[in-house]
Amino acid sequence: MTMDENDFLIDLPSAEEKQYTTLNLGPTHPATHGIFQNVLTMDGEVIVHAEPTIGYIHRAFEKLAERRPYNQITPLTDRMNYCSSPINNIGWHMTVEKLLGTEIPKRVQYLRVIIMELARITDHLVCNAVIGVDTGALTGFVYLFQQRELVYEIYEEICGARLTTNIGRIGGFERDFSQKAWDKINSFLKNFPAVLKEFESLLSRNRIFMDRTIGAGGITVERALNYSFSGPNLRAAGLDYDVRVANPYSSYEDFDFVIPVGKNVDVYDRFMVRQEEMWQSLSIIKQAIAKLPEGPFHAQVPEFYLPPKQDVYNDMEALIYHFKIVMGETDVPKGEVYHCVEGGNGELGFYLISDGGRTPYRLQFRRPCFIYYQAYPEMIKGSMLSDAILTMSSMNVIAGELDA
Amino acid sequence: MQTVANTSGVAMGEKPPGIEGSGFFATSLEKVVGMARKNSIWPLPFATSCCGIEFMATMGAHYDLARFGSERLSFSPRQADLLMVMGTIAKKMGPVLRQVYEQMAEPRWVLSVGACACSGGIFDTYSVLQGIDRIIPVDVYVPGCPPRPEQIIDGVMKIQTLVENESLRRRDSAEYKAMLNKYGIE
Amino acid sequence: MEVSSQEKVIATLQEKYGDEVLHVETPYNFLTVTLKKEKIVEIVRYFYDHQDLHYQYLTTLGGIHYPDLKQIAVFYQLHNLYTNQRIRLKIYLPEENPVTETITSVFAGANWMERETYDFYGVIFEGHPNLKRILNVEEMIMFPMRKEFPLEDQTRDDKNDSMFGR
Repeated sequence: MTMDENDFLIDLPSAEEKQYTTLNLGPTHPATHGIFQNVLTMDGEVIVHAEPTIGYIHRAFEKLAERRPYNQITPLTDRMNYCSSPINNIGWHMTVEKLLGTEIPKRVQYLRVIIMELARITDHLVCNAVIGVDTGALTGFVYLFQQRELVYEIYEEICGARLTTNIGRIGGFERDFSQKAWDKINSFLKNFPAVLKEFESLLSRNRIFMDRTIGAGGITVERALNYSFSGPNLRAAGLDYDVRVANPYSSYEDFDFVIPVGKNVDVYDRFMVRQEEMWQSLSIIKQAIAKLPEGPFHAQVPEFYLPPKQDVYNDMEALIYHFKIVMGETDVPKGEVYHCVEGGNGELGFYLISDGGRTPYRLQFRRPCFIYYQAYPEMIKGSMLSDAILTMSSMNVIAGELDA
Repeated sequence: MQTVANTSGVAMGEKPPGIEGSGFFATSLEKVVGMARKNSIWPLPFATSCCGIEFMATMGAHYDLARFGSERLSFSPRQADLLMVMGTIAKKMGPVLRQVYEQMAEPRWVLSVGACACSGGIFDTYSVLQGIDRIIPVDVYVPGCPPRPEQIIDGVMKIQTLVENESLRRRDSAEYKAMLNKYGIE
Repeated sequence: MEVSSQEKVIATLQEKYGDEVLHVETPYNFLTVTLKKEKIVEIVRYFYDHQDLHYQYLTTLGGIHYPDLKQIAVFYQLHNLYTNQRIRLKIYLPEENPVTETITSVFAGANWMERETYDFYGVIFEGHPNLKRILNVEEMIMFPMRKEFPLEDQTRDDKNDSMFGR
């Protein structure tokens, strides 16, 4: 049999019969830090359509909260954004204090600011380290996680736990910060700036990093607002909305800090906004320590704050309060209140409706991650797969907050 | 019998009992295979929530898990030895976990890290699987919420003991197959 | 938000949609307006486009179940970023047939929030592009956040109820 040139012609698809591949960026994937699924329809390497599926770690927080007394809900709030759990805890405590109408002493407010800014630093450390890892720069990850260990030690001195802290109480803190805690905070403030500078020098002006991240994963400010973005993602889009400045809580109005805002909304801007926010958080902590007033470390909320053990053994009233707090039998005034704090990802809100019982009637968590992740298909349309991975990690999607 | 003295300062592992001579060391195959396997376990980190962050701290420089031979994390089940389930497994995630377990090649071990993976943890709700041992067999449980990195390392060391002492015939035995059948895995 | 600006917002709302307003209150100084459900999308669009009230940010959206009133409420929280004012709009829907219109035409961010409300309470949002369950398994038939649905996993038999107080 002789072969002629027609045997070598391959059937090329015509322009109308373009074939798309379906790729499952499945729930378990090394690059998705957290479990959520994206079914991508791709034209070669370019993404045409994305269909996200979440709920793989839905733990029914809102239903659980309807059955738990108020101080038992704090460990639940820990596990939402677990990279910066003190912010969630303190936000919840402030919501209950708003419902009760308690006045919080100045010292407590300043200590809360110190803890919340430390938590914000740890959250941004994880996010920036992970952006580095997704571009292939694993060194930064190792350096920054070492610094997280130092912050874990500070949390351990104050509340006993490393990650899911359950820090503080309704009304303040369980004990004043010990001298050892202050030593650790001061040594962290002394040593951390050098490490952060080293991390910056590794990545911020690195040719390869900049080529990978500039221009990837953008969204316009109008679409971002329409999708109810908040936090560093919105600030990288160019809008300076920060709950600490718009609705100041816990004496944030006493501190002098700058809100970093980006220009082009891409992965590089989000990285740099978070980087600058860490420097601002360090400055806030220094100001808080310098201006720290003396005073009690908790407010007078006897129905929620455990009395000292000496009083429990000697005083009848303290014994009754202790019993009622531990068994969760305290009744709360009726009302509905909304309080928001600036979490690591944006406006973390708690909408609490109380019907006068010992547990909330309805508690809705306004989770920033859940709200801005719905813009993800729009952000990656038309980009390559590796840019999509970078976009996801730069948005700091934390699965616990996504599904709650 | 002459042995070379250890003057380098490096801690050497235990030598299995055997007969040593000049140029040879005779012991049972199981002991050598066990020793080799236990020092090179490749984990598959199935990190879902907060325990995953403690795992990342365990892999970091402070509590280095790579010292135990787990330098290379494998995200592909076919190439992994140890499935480390860290974090809450919801009922929606159950089939995914089951599929990942079934894809792993023998010999495989499962380490359940954290209270949520062991028993559902504080989430006694309709949407959370109350313990992964409802769907896959588990070798070692590490309690904690989240467990400290030292506890996770302790769990890995217990897996190492299991790996070292496992008989080479265990995976083909009738009891093992009966146990897998209990979970519905062929 | 000071009282005068709250009253201005109410006045602006009432001059056009006065008969849709059922109740106005300010718990903890947060303006809350209860409305009839028919024209909710128009009212949200009115708040969006009005040159004095730029409520162009949707903070949150969710549902509340009141079994003794046999109603499911849907609340919308809007935020005016220009003057830093917030407002909460509530509509009440009957329990057996909670149907209302979607506001995804005004706010793209309402997409998943309405899916979550559907998943938890069964509220049907007409006109929603993709109304299916988002957080729970797709095959679930009940709506878990309703008060009659139990919290715990009913198939669990190793917990002693007398000790755990379920």
